[in-house]
Amino acid sequence: MKQNSEATPGDETVMKLLRQSVGRIGNDHNDVAPTRDLWPTLLRHLDKRQTAPWFDWALLAGVAVMVAMFPAAIPVFLYYL
Amino acid sequence: MVVETMNGRKQLDEFRLGSLDAFEALFHAHQAAVYRWILRMVRDVGAAEELTVESFWRIYQAHARFNPERGFEPWARRIATRAALDWMRRQRPSKESSSDAIEMLPAAVVADPAVTAEIRAKTLVALSRLPAKLRIAAMLVVVEELPQKEAAEALGISVAAVKVRVFRALRLLRKDLERQGIKP
Repeated sequence: MKQNSEATPGDETVMKLLRQSVGRIGNDHNDVAPTRDLWPTLLRHLDKRQTAPWFDWALLAGVAVMVAMFPAAIPVFLYYL
Repeated sequence: MVVETMNGRKQLDEFRLGSLDAFEALFHAHQAAVYRWILRMVRDVGAAEELTVESFWRIYQAHARFNPERGFEPWARRIATRAALDWMRRQRPSKESSSDAIEMLPAAVVADPAVTAEIRAKTLVALSRLPAKLRIAAMLVVVEELPQKEAAEALGISVAAVKVRVFRALRLLRKDLERQGIKP
């Protein structure tokens, strides 16, 4: 192994086996590209995720109300966290 | 050229301020590179596409922390590496010989035909059983032959830590292969 002077002959064999079994992609395969334009998916993802905090806040409020009304439920709640 | 550089810098500054137009331009300029980078780690076309979207989502969420002086690509790589690592941690290791994920790779990427199918399958199973942080280090440094410094930057760790991870990955792989009846 060029980068690791402590590699043993056994390690060298494993490295060779790994390279032969997996196959290098490298950074020069310009034909290796996504099968489609991912921008529309990302836009949907952004819209979806931007609405998530409302649910988070609602959940948090629900938990706060529950804890205020039933303090005995705190250990049970902590157990399931 | 100077104008292009100025436009590039302006784009990065606008992205930092949260401009969706600048983000879209950066996405289209870097989507293929980020996808390829992720594919080099996860070796699954579908997952690489999904993780490219996830990485750019994280990139957009972190726009205020972006430092234009340090360039977009190294920063995007670090975020994509983290996303790939999280994905790997969620995957269950293979219990039996299977090379499905590798079969999904583009035709340009092929394994050495000198290795028998059985050895290849067993090596892939052993690889899938490695802890995610060791597997990712082995993929980048051993398989992709990336300089350790570059791998360290992407993983956000020191070069010494990369060496340790690769060393441990090789030892675990060797033990696993021996258990499967292959004596490296």
